Formats: sequence, C-alpha cells, structure tokens
Amino acid sequence: MSVSVGTTSAAPRRKRSASANTEHSTPANGVRTDTVTTSAKGEGQALRPHAEDAFADELAALAAHDDRPRPARWKLSPWAVATYLLGGTLPDGTVITPKYVGPRRVIEVAVTTLATDRALLLLGVPGTAKTWVSEHLAAAVSGDSTLLVQGTAGTPEEAIRYGWNYAQLLAHGPSRDALVPSPVMRAMAQGMTARVEELTRIPADVQDTLITILSEKTLPIPELGEEVQAVRGFNLIATANDRDRGVNDLSSALRRRFNTVVLPLPESPDAEVDIVTRRVEQIGRSLDLPAVPDGIDEIRRVVTVFRELRDGVTTDGRTKLKSPSGTLSTAEAISVVTNGLALAAHFGDGVLRAGDVAAGIVGAVVRDPAADRVVWQEYLETVVRERDGWKDFYRACREVSA
Amino acid sequence: MTGADRAGGRAKATEPLLLGVRHHGPGSARAVRAALDAARPDVVLVEGPPEADALLPLAADEGMRPPVALLAHAVDEPARSVFWPLAAFSPEWVAVRWALDHGAEVRFIDLPAAHTLAWDRREAASEGHEAASERHEAAAEEEAASDEAEQEPGTGRGSAGEGTAEHPAGTGAEATAATGSGPAGPAGPLPSQGEAEADGPHSPSPEAGHPDAAQPGTGRPAGDDVRVDPLAALAAAAGYDDPERWWEDVVEHRGAGQGDPLAPFTVLEEAMTALRETYADRDSERDLVREAHMRLKIRAAQRDSGGSVAVVCGAWHVPALRRKATVTADRALLKGLPKVKTDMTWVPWTHRRLSRAGGYGAGIDAPGWYAHLFEAPDRPVERWLTKVAGLLRAEDRTVSTAHVIEAVRLAETLAAMRGRPLPGLGETMDAARAVMCEGSDVPLALVHDRLVVGDELGEVPDAAPAVPLQRDLTRLQRRLRLKPEAHGRMVDLDLRKETDAERSRLLHRLRLLGVNWGEPAGSPGSTGTFRESWWLRWEPELSVRVAEAGAWGTTVVAAATAKAEADALGAATLADVTALAEHCLLAQLPGALPVVMQVLADKAALDADVGHLAQALPALVRSLRYGDVRGTATEALAEVAAGLAERIFVGLPPACAALDADGAAQMRHHLDAVHPATGLLGDTLPDRRDDLRARWHGVLRNLSGRDSVPGLLRGRAARLLLDDGSLEQEQAARLMGLALSPGTPPADAAAWIEGFVGGGGGMLLVHDERLLGLVDAWLTAVPAEAFTDVLPLLRRTFSAYEPGVRRTLGELVRRGPGQTGGATAGVAGIPGFAAELDRERADAVLPVVRLLLGLDGPRTGPAAGPSGSAAGAPGSTAGVSGLTAGARGRAADGELAGAA
Repeated sequence: MSVSVGTTSAAPRRKRSASANTEHSTPANGVRTDTVTTSAKGEGQALRPHAEDAFADELAALAAHDDRPRPARWKLSPWAVATYLLGGTLPDGTVITPKYVGPRRVIEVAVTTLATDRALLLLGVPGTAKTWVSEHLAAAVSGDSTLLVQGTAGTPEEAIRYGWNYAQLLAHGPSRDALVPSPVMRAMAQGMTARVEELTRIPADVQDTLITILSEKTLPIPELGEEVQAVRGFNLIATANDRDRGVNDLSSALRRRFNTVVLPLPESPDAEVDIVTRRVEQIGRSLDLPAVPDGIDEIRRVVTVFRELRDGVTTDGRTKLKSPSGTLSTAEAISVVTNGLALAAHFGDGVLRAGDVAAGIVGAVVRDPAADRVVWQEYLETVVRERDGWKDFYRACREVSA
Repeated sequence: MTGADRAGGRAKATEPLLLGVRHHGPGSARAVRAALDAARPDVVLVEGPPEADALLPLAADEGMRPPVALLAHAVDEPARSVFWPLAAFSPEWVAVRWALDHGAEVRFIDLPAAHTLAWDRREAASEGHEAASERHEAAAEEEAASDEAEQEPGTGRGSAGEGTAEHPAGTGAEATAATGSGPAGPAGPLPSQGEAEADGPHSPSPEAGHPDAAQPGTGRPAGDDVRVDPLAALAAAAGYDDPERWWEDVVEHRGAGQGDPLAPFTVLEEAMTALRETYADRDSERDLVREAHMRLKIRAAQRDSGGSVAVVCGAWHVPALRRKATVTADRALLKGLPKVKTDMTWVPWTHRRLSRAGGYGAGIDAPGWYAHLFEAPDRPVERWLTKVAGLLRAEDRTVSTAHVIEAVRLAETLAAMRGRPLPGLGETMDAARAVMCEGSDVPLALVHDRLVVGDELGEVPDAAPAVPLQRDLTRLQRRLRLKPEAHGRMVDLDLRKETDAERSRLLHRLRLLGVNWGEPAGSPGSTGTFRESWWLRWEPELSVRVAEAGAWGTTVVAAATAKAEADALGAATLADVTALAEHCLLAQLPGALPVVMQVLADKAALDADVGHLAQALPALVRSLRYGDVRGTATEALAEVAAGLAERIFVGLPPACAALDADGAAQMRHHLDAVHPATGLLGDTLPDRRDDLRARWHGVLRNLSGRDSVPGLLRGRAARLLLDDGSLEQEQAARLMGLALSPGTPPADAAAWIEGFVGGGGGMLLVHDERLLGLVDAWLTAVPAEAFTDVLPLLRRTFSAYEPGVRRTLGELVRRGPGQTGGATAGVAGIPGFAAELDRERADAVLPVVRLLLGLDGPRTGPAAGPSGSAAGAPGSTAGVSGLTAGARGRAADGELAGAA
C-alpha cells in the first residue's frame, strides 16, 4: 500500500510541475490520499480484505516468475494476469488458486483488452462475478483495486472528474490543492486501473464525461486552465448489468470506446447447484435459520426450472420453451431457496418441500402478468406435468398459480 | 532443394516430386501451386479415383465452379456412393487446375472407386451405405487436414534412397525442434503436417484415426483400428494441446512463399516418415493397398511420359510412396480386390456440406475462413475483419472503421498472448465479439454462418455425366410405368393400390426436390383421402432440376429426405414446417420425419401466436389421418400434435381476451378449426382421448364464462360445448340468458348469437325450442333504438342459413313459442334428437355409407371412425345417426359432401 501512496502523491506533483503550476503542498495531497487509503484498507481488521491483500502471496510469486514483457506500469505480464485469474501452478510449485471459474476465452479477451489500451466493459446478469473479476483484474494489473467509482442513479460528475474542497477553495481560491481528484483522475495520473461499477445505472450525461477520458486520455480542468493527462498504464474497467439495458443505455460514442466481454452464467447445472447450495448455506447461517436436511433435491429442482426457462430448452435438450421476461439469474435462485428455507423453518415441518419453493419460483418467473403467465403455464403443462417425480411440485405450482 | 537440386532431380526424371498435403488446407494449396510453378512437371498425379480421369478436363470448363465433388456410385445401386469434395482451396483442385492450365498431363492415382465401393460394402455391411459414404467424407476431410505442406513440395527429397526411413528418432526430434521454432521460423522447419493423412475416400481406418487431428474437426467414423493421430503427436511434441491449432499456426497461417517452395514438403515428409515408423504397426490394410496402387501408377506415369512427375497426395502417404517396393510385391497386394461396376460424375457441392456442421458429420470447420486464407493476397486478418464488418453493416449494425482497427489490434494482441504467430479464426472471432458485437453471440452466430462456413454453391458444367439421381429416377419411371411426356395429362391415383401409392410417393418426393413433374390437381368432387389426381407434364428444364437435386443424394428417396431435412431447418414459420411435415408424410419419408418433427416442436414451443398454432394443428391432424390410409407410422407426429394441442389449450384463453370484432372473427375460425382437430387427435391417441377432450372442454368452458372474451367467441365456445354434449341444455340456456340479458350491450349480445347459432347452425334452433324461445325473447326485447344496431349482425347470422332452415324457423316463430311442446323436453344428451335411435332408419343408410367409404366389411373403417366421432357423438352408431340427420359436425358434412 505504501508504494501506491507514494506514487499517488508523486504523480500529481509531476503533473503539476509540468503544467508550470508552482505552489502546492505535497503533504496535503499525501495526507488526503493516505486517509482514503487507510480507511479503505483498514489493515488487518477489514471484514473483507482487498484482492491485492488477500492474494498478496500469489501475486508476489507470479511476479517473481514472470519473465514475459509487461506493458508500462503493469505489475504483471498479461499472461501472468490471466494465470492469476484462471489459476495454475508455477514452476516452483506455487499453486495459484482460480479466481474465476469459467471459459478461459473470457479472461484472455479481458486481459488482452486492457493490454491494448482499450477500456473493458464487463456485462452479465446479476451474480456472474463481474465485480469480482474487475477487482481481481485491477489488483493483478495495477496492484490496487481501490480506485473505484460506484455507479448509482445519483452518481455526480464529480465522482468521475474531480470535486472541490470548499474550505480550501474559499480560503485560498482555486488551486490544485483545493481540488479533490476522483478515483478516475488519480488512476490517470498514476497509470493505474480505475473501476466503474454499474455503469448503466449512472445517468447518461455523467456517463458521457468518460468519453473524453477514454478517447483523448485527458481530463481538462478548465477552472485552473490545466489538464490531467493519462500516463501509460491507465485503463478503465466498467461493469454493467445487461438486463438493465435501456435504463441508461450507453451512448454509441461511449460504447465504441469499450471492448465488451459478457460473463456467462454457470455452464452446467451441477456448477450452478453448487453455487446456490453454498450461498444458501452462508445466508442461512447469517440469518440463523435452522439447518434444513435434504434440501438438495429441492435446490436442484429450483436450479433446473431456472435454467430451463432461462435457456429456453429443457435439460435433455429435447423440448424448446419460451423464456419469461425475468432474468432468472443464479442470484434469484438463491433467494427463492432461502425464502423457501425460511418458510419451511418457521411455518413448516423444517423440511424444504415443493410447496415452500413454488410460490417463490412463480414470483420469480411471472414478472409480466400477461406474457409470463402463459410461458409459465405452458412450462407447467408441457414439461413439469410429464416429468417423473415432479408430481408434488406440479401440484404445488398449480395451487399457487391458480 | 533449390534450383540446382531440382534440376538434378529433373534430369534424372526418376524420382517423382512428392507433395504431401493436408486435404482442404489452404496453406497446402498455396504451397502446391508454388511448388508446381517452380518444378514445372510434365505429369501431375493426384490422389483420387482413376475412373475420374476422363472427367478431369471438365475441371477447366467455364461452367465449373468449386466447391464441387467427384461422385462415384455403384451402377446398379446408386445409393452406394462416395464423394470426393474439392473446394477452390483444396490442394488437389489446385494441382488439377495447374496441370490443365499449363498443359501438363494429369491423372488420379488412388485405388479405383470400383474397389473402394466394393470394399466399403464389405466393411460397412452392418453400417449401411450412408455410413459408408459418411466415412468417406470424413476420410476425405481428414486428408485435407492432413497435410498441407505448405511451402514447398519436397521435391528435393527426391532422392530416393534417403527418403524413407531415415532417421526415425532423429526426425522426431527434429520435428519437434522445428515446431518449437515454428511460429517464427520459416517454412522450413515446419514439420508439419502431420497428418498427412490419408486420403480420401478410401482409407477408412487409418484415416479415421487421423482426421481429427488433422482436420478441423472431423467427425470421424469409427474406424476399424484406431490409428494414433499423427498430427496430435506432432502438436504435442511442439507443446500444443490442440492439434488443429498447431496445424494452423505452423502451416495454414504462413504466408505464401518466402524461400524455397519445396522446403516445407521436405520437412513434412521427414516428420511423416518419423511418425509412420513410430506407428508402423497401425498401418491399415487398406492404406497399404492404396499406397501400393499409387506406387504402381506413379511408375507407370514415369514410364509413359519419360518426363518429370509430381504427385499430390495426403502427407501421410508420402513416406510410403517414397519407399522402394517391387512391382511384383505391389501387384500381389492388389490382387483379388473386390470390385463393383461404378460410374463417376461431378456434382455441385456447397461450403456448408464441406463443413462439419453440415449433414455429413465430417469435414472442415471453417471452409469460408479457409477460402479467405487462400484467396486473400495479403493481410488476411485485416481483410477478414473488414469482411466481418461489412456483413454486420449489411445487417444494420453500426460498425465503423474504428471498430475494425480495434478488432485487429485485439486479435493480434490475443494471438501474442496465446503464443500464436498470427491471429487465427479463434482470435478474430473473439475480437469481433468483444469489439463489434458488444459481447453478444447473436451477431457472431450470423458471422459464423455466413462467413466462416459460407453459402458458396458450386456449379458443374452441363457436359458432366448424368447424376445417379437421374438414373434412379429413370429406373423408377420404368418400374412404375410413368413415362415422362412433354404433353400434359391427368392421372388419377388410387392410393389403396400399391403401384398407385408408389407413384404418388414418387411425385410427392420429386415435388419436394423442386422437380415439379406432377402438379396435384384439385380432384373435383372428391376430398377422399385415398384418391389423388395429378397433372403430369415433363418440361425439358426438369432435367436440369434433377441434376441440381443431385447434390442432395443419389436416389430419389435419399435426396428428398436430405432436402426435406434442410428445408425444415431453414423454414421460417410454423406453417411452413407443418406443410413440410404433411408433405413428408405424403411422400413417405420417414427418414426426414424426426428432424422435421423436432423443428416443428421447437417452432411451436417458441411461437407466441396462438393463431399460428391453431392453424398448424388441423394440418397435422389431417396428416395423421392420411397416415392411416397410407400405412405411415405416425407416432412421432401424434406426439407433436398432442404437444401442439397442449400449447393451444394454455395459450388460447389469454389470446381471446380483449379482441376487436375482426380479431374475434379470426379467432372464431381458429376455434372452429381446433375443435374437430382435437376430436380427431383424441381418436388417434386413444389413451389420451379423455384427457384431451376434458382439457379442451375446460378451455371452452373457461372461454364461455369469461366476460373479457368477445361475445362471438363466448357464444361459439358454448355452442361447441353443447354440440359435444358436455354442456347441459339448461346451462346453455343460462349462458344464453346471461349473454342476452338487458345488461349486455345489444351489439355484444348479437355477436354472441352469431357465435352460438351462426355458421350452418340453424338446425339447432329448429330443433331446440327452448333456445329458439330464448333467442326470440331476447330479440323481441331489444329496444327499438338499439334494434338498428344489431340488425346487421343478426342478418349476417341468419342469412347464412339454408333457405329451408330459414323458412322452418320463420314458421316456428310465427306459430309462437311453446306450440311444438315437449319434443325436446327430457331428452338426455344430444338436443334435437329422439331419445331412442330409430334403428330401422339408421340401418338403412349403412350400405350407402360403406359404399362411400370404400369399405367392404361390416366393420366401420378408420376413415369413418374419425368422422363419426368428430361429429361429436360417441360411437359409430351415433355417427351414423349424425349422418342421417345431416348437417351435424363439419367433418361429417365434409365426408358426405365429398362423397356426394
């Protein structure tokens, strides 16, 4: 961390001198950065340490063995970054744990995009590890995953450009010291990787401030008659939910500046059941739900229903289905099961049964009362009814949907 | 291998120039051309069936455009056939064209197809011909894969001695080393090609082993003995886990010729030699025989011409051809091979069929990409991505030049990161997805379909010999005594007769193939299912059509099956597929049915418009009935039809809500169409009859009681229920009362009436006093100012009745309600009929009905069954009474009218 703090304070200074702007206090800058960093990091006691801290050993081992060319200011070569994310074993036997389980192609394209100096847009439905991937990419590439802008409907332009420290501004007038740089601005100055979460939640006019940053790699500060130019190594990773399309759709000018990588949903039912089971257990524990025995069959059923409707084809690949308008993501499957568990624990006999999940499933599937209901009914009648061992589920769903 | 060497080799003219290639490898093709240009041989020998030698000059014909295929088939059994597909980027094609353009002699040297086909019969006895031909293709492909030796033909190597075995271990090592450096290095080291595989059509087993390796993807048939994939061995030595990718890197992606054009062939040969020694025990009998034959042919060519000879063959064979073997030994190997009489011709081919995604299960993955690599003069990646951008633009996606630039950068960086010398198909597609398609696979699928595979369609000059399909057709025409005549004539076919049924099937199959020899003529006065009328006329251009259809298969039935499957996959709408399914049944193509049914089921599942489903169902059910008459197995069809019905049941109620008058009228036709279809379907699936019926009635009841459903449909649903006897008369009266009560807007009420009694339903009113009374009471209660509003509707309803019915109704109304008394009171079940059947009168009609239906026995036939039940009365007696009464049930009407 100390390294990055140093760089942080040094880079702006360089920049400033370049623009022939003389007085400013390095300390102030340094302190500010430091504060931010410290609070973000909370060394040793954070509930959840940052990727670069949690996996510091792996990063160090990779860096030690990495003899391939590294782009400017990259901590690792692109190849090593991909290995960090996908896992592997180094020549000396160090095991790199896989951070992302999924198609290799996705990560390779993502890393290569960063190496070619293009911004990366990670798309995917909720629960496909977009944020996770972006954090680890930033950690591996720049050694720092904290330069983060969280996108919300209320994200202001200052969060992407810069803000002002009004006390300073009033006391000393506009100067570099009164300026509060955004994470993006700091990344530009230091040649680091900035991250923007939920890009499509950000209002369109604010999104567009990224256009100049991404194409001209510069951020003008008209108040001071200066600009901050990005140095080599600067890049930006944005994540967006592709089911939010149309909310704050990216302008085509902005879109063109991103390479897009879609993170897929879990490939196999088993993988998905596994994810759901694990998450449900964690959530259940934190909610102090009593442990429910033998829930796995019901979980498998929920995952099967979700997958089939989402993919528009039955698991055996024989029958095509219409897909409802909801996302039916893994995250929703988790919430359906958790909900069912709570029902079973508090109002049932403690065993997760078809009836406990039926209402949740119907609620998740039928988002649009007209079209989705037909889709659901069709699914019930043509698939669920005929399936062996699903009689109880069929009856439960009929009851709920009637 | 430079000039001097070559000159030396030539002077001696003893050593043939052996160019080992990978079949369908663009790099190989380019290398072969460079090598031929450099060596200028007098004779070019190509791996392929010698029977086709006579056809070779056609390759230079103006009308010939690859991809084409050489087709060999057994004369007396056209279904047994082998294809040797050739694309523009196939090294064999390049060699043939080079020879023709430069006046060199060109010959095929592989084992004659006569043996290959006979051999296949022996081997594939259990697999069936098709499997055999598939295998060929697979083999062919493999070959392709195999070798491409890229740059130079190893002529140099010519020296005999060396050739063969040389350093076994050494070579292996060399090869490895070479590969290691491969990407960067020039051609030389490319060891390559491992695969040389085999060749074409014939080599079942060995090749079978290889193909994968070599080719992109070949799906190889199970060979008799599994040969280790030589390419995989070489690739593994070079540290690649995917042999295809390795092949691409070291061979296909190298640019045209820097350096000695023959060098790569030399290196390739060394690698192959090492491989073959390592795996010597895996040589299949067939390979050995083929190679013996090739050696003999090479010798003969050298003797005949006295000039220099170049041989283009799968790289796998090169070491064997180099080997010195005595003529006697080779002859001995060839002795006693089985033989069949064969015929050869050129047929047009398509890129799609070259690709493994095509129907034959074997081939190269990306013919379009290979063609691009072969054609692009330079900068293949830039040109390729520009093409992709062009396609996407044509599809209305905004893709700018900047996108192309970024995509090229990404592809190149990806290649570098993956350690490849040049971006391959995988990198360019990844780049196109991330930059041009916004990460989506949907536009990418389009790119794959149009560019990576491509729609290229070959052409064959008219001078090419007749395709086997024509022969098969001629044979069928003779057997069925149907002469192709230029003047039209009408033919009536009685499908109950075997010959006529076959004729009908032939005509239907030809129609599927686009050979419209016969047009089905509306048979006047007969809607029976066992009679067909055709208008036959053989136009001269139909011969051309037959030739075109030759690409689909070698017999009429096989071609029609393949065509039907392709049509099904390409069909745009549900109705198209339904029509196709019907057509398949008429043409009796059980082979195509599974695919067609699958497509049908898929389309039905995804079609959100109940109207489409409702239109499709009657045709399907009709097909089921035809199936009965023609003895076609229709279980699959019945299954799909039941699924379709199920979807209609689910989707109909929501689809009926909130419709305007026109929409309601349309939906009413759907109701009318689905209703009898459901009944017929129930008869076809006896074990589900009750279920289907109950569910359909549930839907109707639901419709009849829902206020959001237009009056027309509510009335119709009530009427259909009443007809089926599942709605009590009292209930019907109640529904009518509700619909016609003062609270309902008059227009809506009138629509209800139209739905309920419209469309030939006058009889109901004549016979059912109470309903008539209700209608009458409502009508008289319509206020004067509203009457003009409902008048048009009422007029529309009642004017559709038969004049006789109208008169009777009028008389009934004049007589006033209640006059006829209890004629209908207390009747259980069917309104309008006596409680007891008048057996005497009913029996009187039976002989006539039997006569009409063409039934001899006393049993009611299958055709009668459905119509009887369609009329809604259970059992055939009731059906007969329905007939007697006339007018009930449309199906019964239809039969009667038709018969009359």
